[in-house]
Amino acid sequence: MMLYVVIIFLGLSILLYVLLGGADFGAGIVEIFTPAKMRDQVRAITYQTIGPIWEANHMWLIITIVILFVGFPAIYTVLSVHLHIPLVLMLIGIIGRGTAFVFRHYDAVKDEMQRVYNLIFTYSSFVTPLFLGLIFGATVSGRIDPEATNFYQSFIYPWFNLFSLSIGVFTVMICGFLAAVYLVGEAKEKDLKMLIIKKARMFLLLMVLAGGLVFFAAEIHGIELIRLLILEPITLSILALATLAILFLWFQLEKGKRKVSRFLSGFVVAAILIAFGYHYYPDIVIVQSGANLSVLNSAALGKPIDSLAWALLIGSLFILPSLFYLLFSFQRPKVAE
Amino acid sequence: MEDLLAARSQMALSLGFHIIFACIGMVMPFFMATSHYQYLKTKNPLYKDLTKAWSKGVAIFFVTGAVSGTMLSFELGLLWPKFMLHAGPIFGMPFSLEGTAFFIEAIALGFFLYGWGKFKPWFHWFTGVVVGISGLASGILVVAANGWMNSPSGFDYVNGEYLNIDPIEALFNDAWFSQSLHMTLAAFAATGFAVAGIHAYMIIRKKNIEFHKKAFRIALVFGGIAALLQPLSGDISAKDIAVRQPAKLAAMEAHFETERGASLIIGGIPDEENETVNYAIKIPGALSFLAHGDFEAEVIGLDQFPKENHPPVMVTHFAFQIMVGMGMILMALSLLYFFSSWKKKDWLRANWFLWLFVVATPLGFIAVEAGWTVTEVGRQPWIIYEVLKTKDAVSPIPGIAYSFYLFSAIYLSLSAAVAFLLIRQIKAVPDSLKEGNELTENQISTNPKSE
Ligand code: HDD
Ligand code: HEM
Ligand code: HEM
Repeated sequence: MMLYVVIIFLGLSILLYVLLGGADFGAGIVEIFTPAKMRDQVRAITYQTIGPIWEANHMWLIITIVILFVGFPAIYTVLSVHLHIPLVLMLIGIIGRGTAFVFRHYDAVKDEMQRVYNLIFTYSSFVTPLFLGLIFGATVSGRIDPEATNFYQSFIYPWFNLFSLSIGVFTVMICGFLAAVYLVGEAKEKDLKMLIIKKARMFLLLMVLAGGLVFFAAEIHGIELIRLLILEPITLSILALATLAILFLWFQLEKGKRKVSRFLSGFVVAAILIAFGYHYYPDIVIVQSGANLSVLNSAALGKPIDSLAWALLIGSLFILPSLFYLLFSFQRPKVAE
Repeated sequence: MEDLLAARSQMALSLGFHIIFACIGMVMPFFMATSHYQYLKTKNPLYKDLTKAWSKGVAIFFVTGAVSGTMLSFELGLLWPKFMLHAGPIFGMPFSLEGTAFFIEAIALGFFLYGWGKFKPWFHWFTGVVVGISGLASGILVVAANGWMNSPSGFDYVNGEYLNIDPIEALFNDAWFSQSLHMTLAAFAATGFAVAGIHAYMIIRKKNIEFHKKAFRIALVFGGIAALLQPLSGDISAKDIAVRQPAKLAAMEAHFETERGASLIIGGIPDEENETVNYAIKIPGALSFLAHGDFEAEVIGLDQFPKENHPPVMVTHFAFQIMVGMGMILMALSLLYFFSSWKKKDWLRANWFLWLFVVATPLGFIAVEAGWTVTEVGRQPWIIYEVLKTKDAVSPIPGIAYSFYLFSAIYLSLSAAVAFLLIRQIKAVPDSLKEGNELTENQISTNPKSE
């Protein structure tokens, strides 16, 4: 019973990390694709929107990691060993991004250092979700082999392939898409707004294309993705709904109902993740031998899971209300001091 | 470089880096809240400026603390997978609670930093206090996790298997209290003296004296009280270790032979080959007294342990001496400060007095690093004391040395960047401030050059 509480929290924190952390990374990706003369404006609204919450957005990653190592140590261990290299690369991205974001705002002197911060910020915003997705891809690509003895088989082969890469690219596009749709609602000036709407559509297209690439790569590698997703009525209907939402969103963007478009973009991404999650559940790490690691067979059952579940439940009692209050408070206009 | 050594070095480097930011993240919010409180009470705008100036510094430290902490939660697995495989579920309790504490801290910090003028003043003040309390809670929890590595409990170790796991019992292991208490005080002492030192320097430079005097006082009252309590808490830790990790105590004291009425060794160079200490001052009976409260008590020496289970004596001993030395200096400085603010107010403006505190800026942090070296190196060769050896826990991936070089480069550049930003921050404050003038958001962040 308590195991399911933990599983739900695990799924939820991954989902929230992709949505919130993803929008956060996306802001940097949108910046890369913005013409130089508009960048300052994009930066300014980025800062306004994610400033107060960006730190909280990244906590979901830490919660995910903690749930993994406390509740599913075998999964955490296998990933840490076999995906050591992309994990390290992702970490470098996380460091670069977090620090550059704050440095560029809090540096007491605004000079040419800003260019350096911007460069680090934008490129690490791109690289981090790329590797994040790549790691996701590697866990389900079925190439991890705990018995492998040589270096290449153990530490490179699991993630160095087209399928993992395509999921990485897909993730980058998801982030850009989420951020662009979110930022549309924040832009005040007309030309800025038009620009961001254009970007939002661009990322939407790129996301769909990258999704196609994922299926293509899966076919090449003999991973049964398309058939399983389509033959399964539940995943199929979730994906159909997502497609409808995408079509609707395309036209909705210009009308400027920001709540509606934000909801739709979140829905699309959540639907994609849920479909994937449903398809693979309960497996997390697909192993070459077929002895997959799942949230059911590798859980630290008994007191560890129970106390983890309680910690999460009690924690969310504190966290969720204050998080919503934070999000809500910064939507309000500033009142006088 | 050998993989085990590289992994240990990388872990030590990452933790040694993180702890600096963790200390500041735990303590600065209390300084800010104090200054903020003074502002709300006295309406003296200098206090508001101080609160804002500090909070900008804290924002920089906070992210660096957060990213280095995020790295740590991955590194535990990247470097020590076999440790985490078993330890994760057992000592996970503090980490899962800590998740909550971090989250609340991050949320409250969002409120605090971006909340000027958006909330009722006392609510805003309260969010700052919440940042401090949750930071402190996460510090205590994660130290409790480390306490479990020193003093494992909450499971039965049978034939290499970890059975009957009880995470709550593991959380309240024998070491959690003494370590957390000592660490919390250390954070206050180290941060207090570091902040006071910087402001003392600005007073000497005759920059905005009123502003910096207020800052100096807040930091030193916190730091000074902590530094006075620190040796007491250190004594609790030492007595604790004498019982739970006698090998660590022996290494700290370079105490090779088990004996009654053991003497305390001050200074000296341990010779691990011949098991003696050269050039040391010896105080007869003092070690027995410090460890067991009795001049005649028996103190277990390293001879009771097989050679392969000896911690590195040299490093542990030196680190311990450094920590205690720093502790004594900080304690003396605190006494001096409290004495002068009670009897000799004019000293507080004297240059010689201020210089003492400028020189003491890094001492607290040196003691923190040294203290952790004692705790962690003194636990070797065990990663989980008397259960799992460090060498059996290291990741099978070859070439960890490269990862160590990479991380060293990253930490080096991060430190340089933080120092660079901090200097710019400190330089920018005094000039944009005319005494009593409001310091606006823009003044701090756009003031081009100050000298
Ligand atoms: C400002 C920092 C500072 C200062 C002045 C001192 N310490 Fe300390 N000490 C620490 C900062 C620290 C620390 C970094 O916080 C440690 C590392 C692990 C821990 O729990 O605290 C530590 C560990 C530590 C340990 C090992 C604890 C363990 O492994 O469980 C002992 C026995 C002492 N200390 C004893 C002392 C004594 C007798 C001091 C006398 C002045 C002293 N410390 C001053
Ligand atoms: C932030 C303060 C800390 C510092 C400065 C610190 C310092 C160190 C040092 C110097 C080492 C290397 C020891 C050696 O191999 O000779 C080490 C190892 C290690 N520490 Fe800590 N430590 C800290 C806190 C913690 C905490 C809170 C944990 C875990 C909960 C932890 C877990 C480890 C692990 C897993 C190793 C590697 C295994 C080992 O060498 O025993 N440390 N640390
Ligand atoms: C004695 C050792 C440690 C202490 C006292 C400590 C304390 C703290 C504190 C107070 C913070 C808040 C950061 C800030 O305000 O700047 C923090 C951040 C963090 N620490 Fe540590 N920590 C220690 C070791 C560790 C270890 C071993 C891990 C990894 C397992 C870790 C993981 C984290 C994470 C993930 C964060 C970021 C959380 C955030 O965004 O607020 N810490 N730590």
